[in-house]
Amino acid sequence: MFFYYLRLARISILRHWGLSLLMVTAIALGIGAAMTTVTVNYLMSADPIPNKSHRLHTIQLDNWDENKPFKEGLEPPSFLTYRDAKNLLSAKKAYRQTMHTAAKAVIEPLDEQGLPLYVTVRANTRDFFTMFETPFVYGAPWQREVDSNNDLVVVLSEKINERLFAGENPVGKSIKINGEFYKVVGVLANWQPKPRFYHVDKIKAFDDSEDIFVPFTAITEEKINFDDNSYCWGPSTDTWQDYLNSECVWVHFWVEFDNPAEKQHYRDFLDGYVQQQRLYGRFKRPDDNRINTLDEWFQVQEVVNKDNNMLMAMAFLFLGVCLLNTIGLLLAKFLGKSAEIGLRQALGASKSTLFYQYMVESACIGVIGGLLGLVFAYLGLEGIELLYGEKMKALVALDTNLVIFAVLLSIVATVLAGLYPTWRACNIAPANQLKSQ
Amino acid sequence: MLELGLIVRALLRHKMAALIIALQIALTLTVLVNAVFMIQDRQASMQRDTGVNETDTFYLTSRVFAPGYHYHSEIPKDLDLLRHTPGIIDAVYINSVPLSGYGSYQRLQLQPGKDQDSLLAGNYLSDDHVINTLELELIAGKNFQPEDVLIRDISSAKMPANIIVSRAMAAQLYPENWQQALGSTVYVDENVPLKITGIVKTLQGAWHFWDQVETTIITPVISLSDSGIYLIRTEPGRRDELMPKVEALLAHSNKNRIIRSVTTLQDTRDESYREHNATNKILLLVVLTLVLVTAFGIVGLATFGINRRTRQIGTRRALGATKGQIMRYFMVENSLITLLGIILGAIGAVALNIYLVETFAMTPVTPDLVLYGAISVFLLGQLAVLYPARKAALISPATATRMV
Repeated sequence: MFFYYLRLARISILRHWGLSLLMVTAIALGIGAAMTTVTVNYLMSADPIPNKSHRLHTIQLDNWDENKPFKEGLEPPSFLTYRDAKNLLSAKKAYRQTMHTAAKAVIEPLDEQGLPLYVTVRANTRDFFTMFETPFVYGAPWQREVDSNNDLVVVLSEKINERLFAGENPVGKSIKINGEFYKVVGVLANWQPKPRFYHVDKIKAFDDSEDIFVPFTAITEEKINFDDNSYCWGPSTDTWQDYLNSECVWVHFWVEFDNPAEKQHYRDFLDGYVQQQRLYGRFKRPDDNRINTLDEWFQVQEVVNKDNNMLMAMAFLFLGVCLLNTIGLLLAKFLGKSAEIGLRQALGASKSTLFYQYMVESACIGVIGGLLGLVFAYLGLEGIELLYGEKMKALVALDTNLVIFAVLLSIVATVLAGLYPTWRACNIAPANQLKSQ
Repeated sequence: MLELGLIVRALLRHKMAALIIALQIALTLTVLVNAVFMIQDRQASMQRDTGVNETDTFYLTSRVFAPGYHYHSEIPKDLDLLRHTPGIIDAVYINSVPLSGYGSYQRLQLQPGKDQDSLLAGNYLSDDHVINTLELELIAGKNFQPEDVLIRDISSAKMPANIIVSRAMAAQLYPENWQQALGSTVYVDENVPLKITGIVKTLQGAWHFWDQVETTIITPVISLSDSGIYLIRTEPGRRDELMPKVEALLAHSNKNRIIRSVTTLQDTRDESYREHNATNKILLLVVLTLVLVTAFGIVGLATFGINRRTRQIGTRRALGATKGQIMRYFMVENSLITLLGIILGAIGAVALNIYLVETFAMTPVTPDLVLYGAISVFLLGQLAVLYPARKAALISPATATRMV
């Protein structure tokens, strides 16, 4: 029977092709708009490191001015002071931990003809590589001692290795920055997590990862100047050493827990740490130590743009309009067939077979609308890439999950939209219709 | 409107169909009003003046990599070179550029000491040429003198004696009368005094999304660092021609640095408002499609309604109804449905707006926008029904007898 109904649906759809086209287009536009916004949101908030996101956490401490909170009644500062990050790191109370920040540098040519190369830098401690599972092509992370003995070593990105060493294994060779030589210990494979979870904020969440990675001590020893947001309060600082000891926050601090119980222990440890720092006259605000999961951290940093949430709300309302449109048109269409329905009922067709038949017709419109909707979604995403530029490039791909979701959404939506019109059509009293023939 | 009762009774017999169109119209109005409002809101913030000559200005970054670079002598040398280049009106070494998303800010307070209320201000660090280079309009006080300018290391927080503020800043400091700000003293870092010696009309800060974007200060400080911005204003119309020339000039004058990111202020503005622009275009597209979908929906439903009532219309015509009366019937019917939709839609629009205001911290929608939206939707309905109604009017009285 299903295929017979499919044929009937085809005939019916083709006979009222104008109306059918209207319905299909409306559904397709609604699905297209909804899918475009859902895709952008879904990919923006995708888990960039699914196998261990539940183990990675960022730390926030409230070292701010006693009288003026960092953000009125909301959040402690997003980053730590250098001294707190260093203290937490040396306490070694978590399974793994790392401090890091962004910097910029120029790699100087080693020979006469070479050109200087401007690079973005991440200054971090060793565990950064293991915690964030950065893939290595050559070499490995630097030794743990490097974090304390100020050795000048560097990990290159694949792109920079291509530029400097033509992609060959550079481990053991050196590069020159600010007149000093850095020994290459490893090369990362193309590693571009989106969002760039280890350093997200409103503007930089979808930036590329850095060109080179150096030990944090390169920053503290003033070999490389840091280039990141820094927020300060209280007494001015004059020298670099003053700055490192100041209450300015600029250091990202992350921990990895091996098991859930560790989180509670770490919380207790942080509370104790803040108590102890109070003896030095610091941390005059009430306790507000935060251990953020990746998800919480993305919320704090507003990774998913508010505009996108709002556009998604609008797109679903738009889909609502399109569906109402479809309900209305189906109602008109099916009621227009009341004579035919009455005749079939008089000839013995049961209500349920009629219902089945018209639901097949609704579903057909849903499938066609859904497929066309995918085309619109694809165009929509192309348009978004065009409008937002490079930054969104990684965020505008339809994957299989989304395609299945789109088709299901449109079938479910159309079948739901078809329910009432079908029900109405099947409840026509056959006698009335026959009379009017 | 004698048929009004008749139309209402006829409508009530098909209340679901009418209700569905009404709901569709309601939802359309809801989205329309809010989308247009959001477009206007963004448009308004995009049209704010930075206070700076954006057309003839560009900037570049000079990043030093050689060790032992003599910033103290090299920066004045660069500035001298730039200022004496034909076609360049003036140039400065500055820490930030309006709307660039990269800059610094200061916390100012009117009274010295702890626990005092303070205000945030975007902070530009530059020298006595800054007003001329940016082409700012000085509305009170005077420009910096060369001896006001403090040259300091990047990690130093030493402050100069005088500052210039934007009028918006002055108005925040002295809400009763911004002119009072001139000559008064404000404090940074709790008790470091700064005297306000000038007020410029407008100067926006680095972050367009910051609610303090209009409140800015200029401190006469050259902050020496390995990465600095040179901002250059050219004679009108010569910007594009001079950009590559200046880049090459600086790159060759000193090989111990890289000259990067040569950008115009116009590009910076476009980049800064890129998301606003994109969102607006998407919203506009949504509004247009929505209007089309709704209009076609009305056309489709009305056509079907009329087809179903062909015999009834023919009969009315046979009984002496004029074409005009038939058309009027459908237009009145449509306006009744649309009015119901508009009432529901107005409620929906306000409700959605309240939700958006609470969730996304937007400003509330104005009532006149709802009114204009309602009028537009009403006209849209009448326009959409015009063609089917005209078709109905063309049904000949003979149909009544022929179609049995």
